[in-house]
Amino acid sequence: MIQAIRLSFRTRRAPLRFRLLTTAASLSAPALVIAIVAVLFQEAAPAVTRFGALFIVARSWNPVTLDFGALPFIYGTLVTSALALAIALPIGIAVAVVLAEPGAQRIRGVAGTGVELLAAIPSVVFGIWALYVLAPLVYTHVELPVAQRLGFIGIFSGQPRQTSLFTASLVLAVMILPTLSAISRDVLRAVPKGLRESAVALGATWWETSWKVVLPAARAGIFGATVLALGRALGETIAVTMVIGNRPDISPSIFAPAYTLASVIANEFTEATGQVYPAALVELGLVLILLTFAVNILALLLVRRSVELPR
Amino acid sequence: MNRVRNVRRRFMNSLALAVVYTLTAIALIPLALVLWYTAVKGWPAASHLEFYVNVERPVGIPGAGVAHAIVGSAVMVGLASLISIPVGVISGVNLVEFGGRFARVVRLAADVLVGAPSIAIGLFAYVLFVAPFHHFSGVAGALALAVLMLPVVIRTTEGAVALIPASLRESGLALGLPRWRVALQLVLPAAAPGVITGALLAIARAAGETAPLLFTGFGNRFWNVDPTQPMSALPLIVFHDALTPYPALQEQAWGAALVLVAAMLVVNLASRWAVRRQVRLAGQL
Repeated sequence: MIQAIRLSFRTRRAPLRFRLLTTAASLSAPALVIAIVAVLFQEAAPAVTRFGALFIVARSWNPVTLDFGALPFIYGTLVTSALALAIALPIGIAVAVVLAEPGAQRIRGVAGTGVELLAAIPSVVFGIWALYVLAPLVYTHVELPVAQRLGFIGIFSGQPRQTSLFTASLVLAVMILPTLSAISRDVLRAVPKGLRESAVALGATWWETSWKVVLPAARAGIFGATVLALGRALGETIAVTMVIGNRPDISPSIFAPAYTLASVIANEFTEATGQVYPAALVELGLVLILLTFAVNILALLLVRRSVELPR
Repeated sequence: MNRVRNVRRRFMNSLALAVVYTLTAIALIPLALVLWYTAVKGWPAASHLEFYVNVERPVGIPGAGVAHAIVGSAVMVGLASLISIPVGVISGVNLVEFGGRFARVVRLAADVLVGAPSIAIGLFAYVLFVAPFHHFSGVAGALALAVLMLPVVIRTTEGAVALIPASLRESGLALGLPRWRVALQLVLPAAAPGVITGALLAIARAAGETAPLLFTGFGNRFWNVDPTQPMSALPLIVFHDALTPYPALQEQAWGAALVLVAAMLVVNLASRWAVRRQVRLAGQL
């Protein structure tokens, strides 16, 4: 009897082609991650061997003399992303608090749908909007007045420009807002109900419950959401390319044009000739992808610890 | 004393509520502005029928359109879907039904891939599918888009399949079906609406991507349905034309942006509705 059952289990194994197919499909994602890094590394080899580790800290970018350094782009990428996070963080958390709140169904519906649609708008549409609508507005109403009054402070110094670090950061802030609020909402929802209820039962107001009980309990997860949003900001290409001004400079002013890793690739790769120039651009891509992978993995570990993601 | 403190607490509470709701309202302003300006600035171009049947024309000649870009987008996204959706769905179902030790690696890889910068994926596709053939092509664009869609399909499929209650699987097993048949013939059909929704969202995301197409599909000013040749796409039109100094081309860029946004809105609102329905149905199973 037992033998018959065992036998039937053995014959009930999935056919070989089924198992091959599912294994191959499952391997696709991990294989791609490895392949992308490997392929980019190989393609960047001429630049890697020529510039070595100095590539990361060199400031020049000159296709004529074949002098390439990544520092202005790393600077632009990090500064725009950090500024965007600083702008988006309070708003994103406020949205998440509203969305995670029990009750207030109608507001939640509107805010939730709105933020989700924001995530669905293509990057290039943000780009064209930022270029023709946001940049002029920001220039006349923020950059000019601030530069006139506070121009003596380094970060506001110099002649402001429509396409600048600051404009790019604003667009980025809008674009990472959905990531930030959606994940923070999930994290806040995962906070045990009992915590919130005990606080309310002790007579805490809504604010005291949210600020002193729920948010601290969700701290790690919200930090994770922030880091995930940072990962998105680092890799964002098109919208930033359209409004950052595309100048490989390290200027102390946030109203000055700059350049990011992603946008220099987008702008120059199709025109890069020779061997070293395209390789240097690919190496920038490699720096970018390794940076985002590291940031993403850190974020995932943080978020996963505080939310049981769907199996 | 106590009363004063309570008044202060109540005041703080109202203040905080006001701040939180104000910030939430601020979060919705960009969405409204983007939709409004795209509609207003895109309408002059997008309201003409020629916009959808003609191809680009030299600046100054009226009657230009983006038909070639619509077709290019459709061909490249279609090809990308043919590759990424089957692979992604199989991988997603496999994650839930036959998880195993390996599942964590697959999940992590998919999550990391979702976050990979699309420009880097464009570079990857360029090296593999453009450089060896010495010319840009729609196929290369489609493959780049497929890499982008794959992790989205995997994760949404996984989410949809995980919603299917265990009782459905158990009833199948109790009837003597082997596990692979349960997965294939019971779970997957039950999860189909969710899986299709996820696939649609992935398609929408791919249709709006510009960066991976810059050096794969590349763009083409002429009518072309042959995916072995360079192909245009709506996002490419928006990107290139928006950065030109010609008002006519800028108008065309806004028109293409409006078409893109309209398509996104339809797909997303429809899928939201479908997801809600799926969750309700799964609850009844």
